[in-house]
Amino acid sequence: MIAPVNALETGHLNKAFGKLVVADDISLALPQGARHALIGPNGAGKTTLINLMTGVLPPDSGQVRLDGKEITGLESDVRVKRGLVRTFQINTLFPKLTPLESVLMAVLEREGISGQWIAPLAARRDAIDEAFGLLTQLGLGDDATRPTHDLAYGQQRLLEIALALATKPKVLLLDEPAAGVPKSESAALFEAIAALPTDISVLFIEHDMNLVFTFASRITVLVQGRILTEGSPDEIAHDPQVREVYLGGADHG
Amino acid sequence: MDPHLWLKRKGRISPYEVAFWPIVLVLPFWLFPTYLSLSSQIAITALFCISLDLILGYAGIISLGHAAFFGIGAYAAGLLSAHGWGEPLSGLAFAAVVAAFAGWIVSFMIVRVQHLALLMITLGLGFLLVELANSLGSFTGGADGLQGIDTWKLLGVWKFSFWGKTAYAYSLAVLFILFLVCRRIVRSPFGLTLEAIRENPDRTTALGAPNRAHLQKIFTLSAGIAGIAGALLAQTTETVSLESLGFQRSAEIAIMLILGGTGRLYGAILGAIIFMVARDQLAGMNPQYWYFWIGLLLMIVVLFMPRGILGGLERLAAFGRRR
Repeated sequence: MIAPVNALETGHLNKAFGKLVVADDISLALPQGARHALIGPNGAGKTTLINLMTGVLPPDSGQVRLDGKEITGLESDVRVKRGLVRTFQINTLFPKLTPLESVLMAVLEREGISGQWIAPLAARRDAIDEAFGLLTQLGLGDDATRPTHDLAYGQQRLLEIALALATKPKVLLLDEPAAGVPKSESAALFEAIAALPTDISVLFIEHDMNLVFTFASRITVLVQGRILTEGSPDEIAHDPQVREVYLGGADHG
Repeated sequence: MDPHLWLKRKGRISPYEVAFWPIVLVLPFWLFPTYLSLSSQIAITALFCISLDLILGYAGIISLGHAAFFGIGAYAAGLLSAHGWGEPLSGLAFAAVVAAFAGWIVSFMIVRVQHLALLMITLGLGFLLVELANSLGSFTGGADGLQGIDTWKLLGVWKFSFWGKTAYAYSLAVLFILFLVCRRIVRSPFGLTLEAIRENPDRTTALGAPNRAHLQKIFTLSAGIAGIAGALLAQTTETVSLESLGFQRSAEIAIMLILGGTGRLYGAILGAIIFMVARDQLAGMNPQYWYFWIGLLLMIVVLFMPRGILGGLERLAAFGRRR
């Protein structure tokens, strides 16, 4: 019997900045349709791992495979076109553009017409409908034509997700989607994450344990650039090592 | 709000635009007939300034050496004419191709650097070309300028006369047509992509955009348009000097664009008009101190109108509407 191909896989990834090891032999597998959480104290190398997966940082050694195919040497934008897409921990948006323009730009890039300049933007009716539909779906329809820098913080977090979805990802890496979102705005965000299509495989970094235990079916714990353990939410919740890291005051800053 | 309607409104032609072009067309002819040569120089400079706006205002590429492409275009058209082919329109096309090719070559370097390195590379490029043109004196005329340019009748009908009516109409027509092309570009999917890259290049990469390819494309286009502006100057003045390539021209064009307001095309035109008219008037009164006034104007504008004079006017108009 042939084992099903993982949506995303890393094999023995290593990365060090001088003497500081930020990724230590990381092998992680994300099956198709996964809801996988990556947790760990600050400085554990969670965002670094996403940077290694997406090609923002080159690994010192090891491989990244998307859908069974090696992508380790590919540029970031090429990986996106192959379906590996991320969001950012700190809002990384286009402040002066409107959400409509931002999402539209992502749709046009995906459709391969981002370099086209003969017909005006307004003539791309299908792309506009798609962009607006996505924004409406995430509750941003009413604010689609306000400049992004005018939006509330929680709305900007939702726009992060809308942008990523506009690329039609196969694998979505969410870097602390709920970071900094006030309680009053987090419901909409939780809803958006719950509503992610099931055919998208999701890996998310999160500090909010409520969110982790609501959505994750697998959890990997990262400490000091190493995988400490991996398991179901239940196993992780009762793992004495994990309790040690989180409750024992072992804050590695 | 309906997204289609909103995008259409953003791209539509405003009444100000409709009023603007007839005014700049007619005003110099009737009011200042003795200033027609200044007027054609303003039209040419405005076109050059628009080419810089494409890369600086829209794509976020800062350049202190854009006169390199203006000069390349000027020498290309000038040399073609000096060697016996003085037909103006094909001269423009030739200059555009040569300058765009030069821009394409340079773009490989440009898209790999940012900030200070970008300034230094564009600055260095300008210096390099001036010295190159100077050392090839037998070819370019060196410091004496390129002589022997003879521009034929426009479309075989209109002669380029001393009074400069043909020159002004020609320059303005080319400016208008290329302005329409640039307006198309900035309101297209490509224009939106450039603005997104300017706002946040890391994010466009994370959305799958090949930033470098997009930036190379606009840089090449911009160089071609700068080359056409240079060719216009060569054809209408029938001479090309080393200054057309030089740092001063590169710096002045950046000043004009920042004065007028970046990223709106009309800011480039307005900046060119204000700068050139002010220089003409102030230099007439007191040639030594003219840079004092332009320095003062520049400081006032960037301090109080960070989005340029046109940006300031827009804010004023928006304020007026709200009251």
